[in-house]
Formats: sequence, structure tokens, C-alpha cells
Amino acid sequence: MIGQDLLGIEHLERDQIELILETAERMQEIGTRDVKKVPTLRGRTVVNLFFEPSTRTQTSFEIAGKRLAADVVNFSVSSSSLSKSESLLDTAKTLDAMDPDAVIVRHKVAGVPQRIADVLDAPVINAGDGAHEHPSQALLDMLTVYQEKGRFEGLSVAIIGDIAHSRVARSNIYGFTKLGAEVRVAGPPTMLPPHIETLGVKAYTSLREALDGVDVVMALRIQNERLGGGIFPSVREYSATFGLDRAKLRFARRDAIVMHPGPVNRGVELSHDLADHRPSVILDQVRNGVALRMALLYLIAGRAFPQDQE
Amino acid sequence: MANTRSPSPDSPPAESAHSASPALLDGIAADQAEASAAEELHERVVLDDERIRRALRRIAHEIVESDADLSALYLVAIPNGGVPLARRLAENLESLAGARPQLGIMDTTLYRDDLASRGTRPRLRRTEMPSSVDRGVVILVEDVVSTGRTIRAAMDALMDFGRPQSVKVVALVDRGHRELPIKIDYVGKNIPTQPGESVIFRAHERAEAEEEILEVVVQSLDTPPSATSGTDRAGGMA
Repeated sequence: MIGQDLLGIEHLERDQIELILETAERMQEIGTRDVKKVPTLRGRTVVNLFFEPSTRTQTSFEIAGKRLAADVVNFSVSSSSLSKSESLLDTAKTLDAMDPDAVIVRHKVAGVPQRIADVLDAPVINAGDGAHEHPSQALLDMLTVYQEKGRFEGLSVAIIGDIAHSRVARSNIYGFTKLGAEVRVAGPPTMLPPHIETLGVKAYTSLREALDGVDVVMALRIQNERLGGGIFPSVREYSATFGLDRAKLRFARRDAIVMHPGPVNRGVELSHDLADHRPSVILDQVRNGVALRMALLYLIAGRAFPQDQE
Repeated sequence: MANTRSPSPDSPPAESAHSASPALLDGIAADQAEASAAEELHERVVLDDERIRRALRRIAHEIVESDADLSALYLVAIPNGGVPLARRLAENLESLAGARPQLGIMDTTLYRDDLASRGTRPRLRRTEMPSSVDRGVVILVEDVVSTGRTIRAAMDALMDFGRPQSVKVVALVDRGHRELPIKIDYVGKNIPTQPGESVIFRAHERAEAEEEILEVVVQSLDTPPSATSGTDRAGGMA
């Protein structure tokens, strides 16, 4: 996969997903050592190109690159200066002239990583674009589920929240269905995109029905800042209907786990109690994120070799 | 579990096609596939399970007779082939010296010196180092050593787990063609090879017995004219 872009889960094959997850499992061991660094990407440069602030994802990629001994550069751009696509591509070209070995792109507009990838020689990893995809988050979610459950076939995963505006939901829908799990989505009707069933999922407007017998419950962050209005009447009403607490969790399987991509709005998507304790695995997700991103950089960073482009 | 090393002598199968001279090796891989289809691939067993047993027993004796502090012994297997060998060596050492040495598994892939020059990144293998190697008498266990590059990588990796008192190397097979100044302390058998020959270590699970059966074979093919020079050393690490 050296030199290949990772723009979304949609275009990954199942065996590629499995290779990434297996590699990430091996990378986890490095995080348990005293010296948490291997020389693998010594002399390679990884650039974080974030047009939208994201402390967590950016830090996770930065730590991942550093654990592999790459030089990691954070190239932060205020999105206002990049409202014109011309200047966006100019930025990308300027960056490319500095010969990076991988560029991590986050942008609030869907499709920007693709446009940047089109002009860059270096491979581009999408770190979230609009409501499109967030592949590294979905892959770390898959890794977390695999380590909890040991399989994907036959599992039921319920994703709860603003499905229509969630890149995390889209990437996870693609990923979990490719791996053989059943995916359900649930939220108020205004948060369910039309024709979501074409992605191979079942849509529910009742939390109780959506949770019935599921192995994994994934709560999405309610993006107060993104919601102009009209999507739901109030945060309190959302929380009463779709916020998870131990009582509502009883509809799921007894051994169901609870996930959240973070940061949690406590008392909205998850009760305080669930945000901090099992069966929620939120900190495992964060920990797995570093190993997963190490795996991505290991497999992808570098320029494609001519003989591989057959 | 089957540990196969082919077609280039010292690289796991999936990696070989992208080693130092990719075009050449791709040619060999294709030829080898053809050869085996036409049954032109010759394979002879050079070490069967019983001879491997004897070799490991002898090596265990040599280790016990050395000055090493046996209570600090730490066998570190290089996967995949080193794992069953280290397990058997540990059993031998236990019956000789009374105490079972510490066992670890250490993948060397992330320390290879050819990652930058390859078109694909090799699959990682498991690393399990249950305790620090500080002050340990470490013995690296490898199936087949050739260029010495894997052992070089293993020494770098080892230093990330602490500061051993000493490091030695056990190899079931030494096939020569060293490219680095690496000395093997305990050798099961020296097997000089010709270009076009591969040395392959295998561990078979035998259905009727719980025990796994180990063997080392030399594979040779009717070498195509284009591959007569230098291909033997074009492989990756050993």
C-alpha cells in the first residue's frame, strides 16, 4: 500500500482492512515498552495539514509518526484564508515541493482530501472531511470492537445520533458491513439521511428497537456548533430520547460495549456514569488510535515504487 | 503452523518478490512456480526432526558448558522459525540445568535495513517480551542465518528492551554468504548453498500426534540462464 492514498473506507477491500487491523495489533506492543519508539520511518516526513482544528486526531497522528521515528510537522492553516479552492491547491503544491512522505488532511468540506491527493505525489490520509469520511477513526473503532469481541461476523452494531452529518458514521457503516457485521443506525428522523438503507444498514427512530440485542453501541457526538437549527428541538429532548444511560442500555445484549468518538458531551449522548466506566471503552479507542495510525503510516508512508503500479 | 521460507532463502514468502533486485526475483518466483508445476523443483531434506532434536540437545549442552550465568538465561526467538526451535531448546536446557529459561518472541521487521528500498512493507509478526532483558544473558534463536542482516536488526531491537549482559546467537542452519560481520555462536549445521538453492525451515503439525514435526529442506531448481549470477544473494535479510 506504499504511496496509496487513504481517502475513505468505501474504497478499501476487506483484506486491506484486515491487514491494517493486524498491523495495528502488532504496533500496540510498542506502546507497552519503556522506549516507545522504533526506527522504521527514520528520515521520513509526515505532515499534518489541518484546516479544521482537531486536537485529538492531530495529536494521535503526531504521536504515531514520532513512535515510528518520522519527523512530524504540523502545518495548520486557518480555514478563512482557504475559502477559494485555488489557494487550497496552491498550499498543497507548496507543501509537496517540500517532499513529504505522507500528508494527513482534515477539512470541513467533503472531498478536499481527494482534491489535494490529485495534485500531491505523496500519499494523502483523510483525517476527516465534512460529512464524508473519517477512515482512521472507523478503523480504530473496528480494532477496538475486534479486541473486545474477537470477531465481526454475526455482530450487531448500533450507531446512535446525527447520522446525516457524521463522517464517523459513514466510515463505520462501510467498514463494519464489509467485515460482515450487521449495522443499525438510529436517531430522530431529521438526523437520518434519506436512502441510508442503500448502504446496507437498518434505520430506526426508536432507540429501544435499535438497541435490541446489539453487541456494540456507538454514540455519536452532537455537534452543537454545527447545528444551525431545525434538526432537533432541544438538547434536553435529544438526551431524554437518544442519550444513553444504564437503563436504556438494558435493551442491548448484556455484554454490549459502548463507544464514542469523543469528545463526549456528558449528559447528552452519554450519562456521566457511562462516559467514565465499563462497558464504555472510550479510552481504549483513544489508545488504539495511536497504534492504528502507526499501522497506517507504516503501510502507506513513502512514494510508490514504479514497479508497483502495474 | 508451517514456516516456509521461499523462494529467496531468507525472506518470508510474501516479501520476496520485492527484494533487492525485484525484476530478477520476480522472474525466479515465476520460474519456481512453473518448475514445481512441472515437478522440476528438487527438494531434499537435509535435517529431519530427529537430527534437529540432536542438534538442539548438543547446543543445549554447549550453552550449559559455557560460562554463562544460566539463571539469567533469556531465549529470544525470531519469528516465525525461531519460535518452535526456542521452545525445544528451552525444554532441553530445563532438563539439563533444572531451571526453565525465560522465553521471548521478537519480530525484527520494524528494524530492517531494506524498508526504504522496497515497494511493499512486510507483514509484521508478533512480539512478546514478557520481561526486561536488563542484565539477562540473551540468546537469539533463528532458523536459517545467511547475510546476517536479520541478526543485526535483532540486536538493535533487543537494545530497545534493555541492556543485556551479553548476547549470543543460535542458528539451526548457517548457509554462509554473510554480508555483515556477524558471528553465530551455536550452529546446528552448516549448509553451503549454490545460487538458485533455497534453505527452508518448516514446522508441521502432525494430526495424530500433538507434537509438531520440524525439518529443513534444500530446494533447487533447474536454474534458468538469466538467474545464474548473484541471485542467491539478492534476497532480503537473514
